[in-house]
Amino acid sequence: MGEKGFEGTEHRSGSLEHAGEDAPRYAIDNPGLPPHRPRLADEDPKAAKRAERQVSVMFLISIVGTVLFFIGYFGVGQIGNGEAFSKIYLQNLLLGLGTALAMFGIGIGVVHWAKTLMPDHETVEDRHEIRSEDDRVAATGMISEILDESQIKRRPLLRNTLIGAALLAPLPFIAVFRDLDDSDNFSDQEAHNFGPERLRHTMWAEGVRLVRDPTGSPIKASDVTLGSAVHVIPDGLNDLGPDKLNQKAKAVVLLMRLDPAKVKITPGREDWNVDGIFAYSKVCTHVGCPIALYEQHTHHLLCPCHQSTFDLTQECKVIFGPASHALPQLPITVDDEGYLVAQSDFHEPVGPVYWERG
Amino acid sequence: MSTTVNEFQPATTTGRIANFVDTRMGMSPIVKFFGRKIFPDHWTFMFGEVALYSFVILLLSGAFLTLFFDPSMSEVVYDGAYAPLRGIEMSAAYASTLDISFDVRGGLFMRQLHHWAALMFVAAMSVHMLRVFFTGAFRRPRELNWLVGCFLLMAGWAAGFTGYSLPDEVLSGNGLRIIDGILKSLPLVGTYLSAFFFGGEFPGHSVIGRLYALHIMIVPAAILLLIGIHLFMVVVHKHTQYPGPGRTEDNVVGYPVGPVYAAKAGGFFFIVFGVLALIASTVTINANWNYGPYDPSPVQAGTQPDWYIGVFDGALRLMPGMIGDYSFLWNIPMPWGSSVSLPMGVLVPLIPVGVLLVGMCTWPWIERWITKDNTEHHLLDRPRNAPARTGIGVAAVVWYCVMWAAASSDLIATHFRLSLNDVLYVLRALFFLGPVIAFIVTRRICLSLQRKDRELVLHGHEAGVIEMSPEGGFHERHRQLTDYELYRLVSFEDRRPVPAIPGRNGKVGMLEKARAGLNRMFYQDRVAPVSREELVEARTHGQHGHEEHPVELEHGSHAPHLDR
Repeated sequence: MGEKGFEGTEHRSGSLEHAGEDAPRYAIDNPGLPPHRPRLADEDPKAAKRAERQVSVMFLISIVGTVLFFIGYFGVGQIGNGEAFSKIYLQNLLLGLGTALAMFGIGIGVVHWAKTLMPDHETVEDRHEIRSEDDRVAATGMISEILDESQIKRRPLLRNTLIGAALLAPLPFIAVFRDLDDSDNFSDQEAHNFGPERLRHTMWAEGVRLVRDPTGSPIKASDVTLGSAVHVIPDGLNDLGPDKLNQKAKAVVLLMRLDPAKVKITPGREDWNVDGIFAYSKVCTHVGCPIALYEQHTHHLLCPCHQSTFDLTQECKVIFGPASHALPQLPITVDDEGYLVAQSDFHEPVGPVYWERG
Repeated sequence: MSTTVNEFQPATTTGRIANFVDTRMGMSPIVKFFGRKIFPDHWTFMFGEVALYSFVILLLSGAFLTLFFDPSMSEVVYDGAYAPLRGIEMSAAYASTLDISFDVRGGLFMRQLHHWAALMFVAAMSVHMLRVFFTGAFRRPRELNWLVGCFLLMAGWAAGFTGYSLPDEVLSGNGLRIIDGILKSLPLVGTYLSAFFFGGEFPGHSVIGRLYALHIMIVPAAILLLIGIHLFMVVVHKHTQYPGPGRTEDNVVGYPVGPVYAAKAGGFFFIVFGVLALIASTVTINANWNYGPYDPSPVQAGTQPDWYIGVFDGALRLMPGMIGDYSFLWNIPMPWGSSVSLPMGVLVPLIPVGVLLVGMCTWPWIERWITKDNTEHHLLDRPRNAPARTGIGVAAVVWYCVMWAAASSDLIATHFRLSLNDVLYVLRALFFLGPVIAFIVTRRICLSLQRKDRELVLHGHEAGVIEMSPEGGFHERHRQLTDYELYRLVSFEDRRPVPAIPGRNGKVGMLEKARAGLNRMFYQDRVAPVSREELVEARTHGQHGHEEHPVELEHGSHAPHLDR
């Protein structure tokens, strides 16, 4: 057997084109398909019968699966209000296992059928040229005839005006997308209208109370103990209608108290805190996730999305992670009743950087 | 016009129906064309099928979900079966998601089936592409079909992301928030892109409806169209096949569609369906009733995006925003006084992802340019026989996996009790070193495997039998390979380096120099297939071990590995 291909005269690998030359392409010639090995079921009718039975058992299992699905669907029934979770999991399990069995039964049965009983002779088919030279000549000839008949080459005026028209015609279909941002139509406040300017402003302004998120209760400076952190929203946010989440997305603040002596304060910001109570924007300056993790001992703020870490003792400067600038600080003070209020809006835009931020 | 005189008259009812259709639509030629069409069979050809079937299951389960899902961001008060959230204000989208899970029988199963099928769809496409890449199946004439495949993969990501964002709970809302941050970071147009996408400020009231239109119509329509083109081209090209005895560049060896291939492929659809149903029934995915309605304030630690989004998220995490006191926020003053902001911390991570995507789409042309190989290939490469390509592929996979792992940096740190910062430092180092090491190691492994193949061809299998010659020397007997085994090992192309070719002006341009350099890298330490002369030489002058028949193993012959 081995010698036949090796001596290489019976099987010229003429079919291996692209080689071009007469020299043999590989160390031995293509020995052709290996001989077919009959399977058990090909020769033994008993084995074939056995395979037939196995396949139909799989199909029966599939039927059992479908029945199981209906047991889960009607047997477990509708989930009532506040009913135990276990019922939902049981139903989901029965429906899923039923479907799985129904599908597996058919799938494995059919594949087993194909593998044991259907012919397994490998067959050979020729490949054809993807494009023949004759076709190419005919097609290009046809195209030049078509172009000639259309006269588009002879009449450049036609061609140029058509190009101009075709370039302009799609523009309306781009322009109609302008109102994807239809905020002008809704908002009566100039600051919320179309354009980047609205990103500079939040609800915070002089005298706006800091209240707890989400209850809306005001915060006394004396209530904020050393080491604590409070999630804060501006007073009045909860009364907003449809605009609530848009405003909340910019205005959320984290309030923390620590020993003011530990903080390096830049000149001009000395009175932005109230006895070591600092208010910082909770919106990450990286891509805008809420920075919800405060590590009391190190005074670090960590964004759970991409792990940007801000150091409260350095005015929330970035000390690790992908954010590239510090969290904006909200200047705060106390009002006559001892509640924390904002001195003004943030002095810079909050959240992720955008082109017009400046 | 009595054409009816000689017309075929079927005898049975089925025959009459079939004949009716045939005479109006001309089905006979189609049956003739496909009925016995040959498809090569190999287990690695299965992944594309898995992707296709997952997509069919996505369409089926997705159609069910659309009947119950309400893509609206209007506020409602939840009043469904899930007690912990009753009485809470939420969007209609989230409320209907909860209803699908708890109030619609089978809804939870369909949701989980849909989600798992989506993960499987993208995973199967990815593995399918790796198979196509490593076996060189993208080469002429299949470059365009590779490109269609790349678009399909990206469309799969888009379908996944738009679907992931629909339920409008805290997790998906934070995903959208990240998209908002990335959009805003884009120079010049970013702020407006974000405003157009969200209908004003984030989160707005429009985005769920828009994502829904994308998710159930635009993206699936694109995927269907691309699948149509993809399969059409498979028929035009006919399937590739692995090299082996009986297989040539001019034939297709395999099983006919009817009945074997149709039965196997059709049966396989049900098996894929069964696997997904089994997972959907036993493994909870996206238990979004735990998260609560979207609110810009809360967030959960340790959340993960769907796996295929990980690479983007990981790239974002790897980039440092500041090095020491140097910030990657670039404020560039403009001549008219104001300045513009470029957050390079967000923009730079888009580069490696872009390189991966563009490199993937253009690879068939890049490789053709480097190797100058413009011949048609219908026989696949064994990965070892294209060491440089295999090396580059593994390098890209490693690069991808480093970015992907970075998306779980926090979970890696908590699971293995490591410092979060250290995990990221190591991943940053691997981002640069990983692909280089992977390329070198993979290429060396390929070359070694090729040498092993040569060894096998020239000297045969070690039989594990030690013989002593009359002179007292020892050698191990070798069993000669059969022709079928032999042909598989020797029948690969002997590709040779193509040095720099001077241009029309007789000079070698910069680009051509670069090409020649890459070409050298491709063929460095090239292992040629065994030639006819070498084989003759080995067989005729080889000292020992070229028996034509398998050696009977002697009882208890556990011979150590000795040299010939």
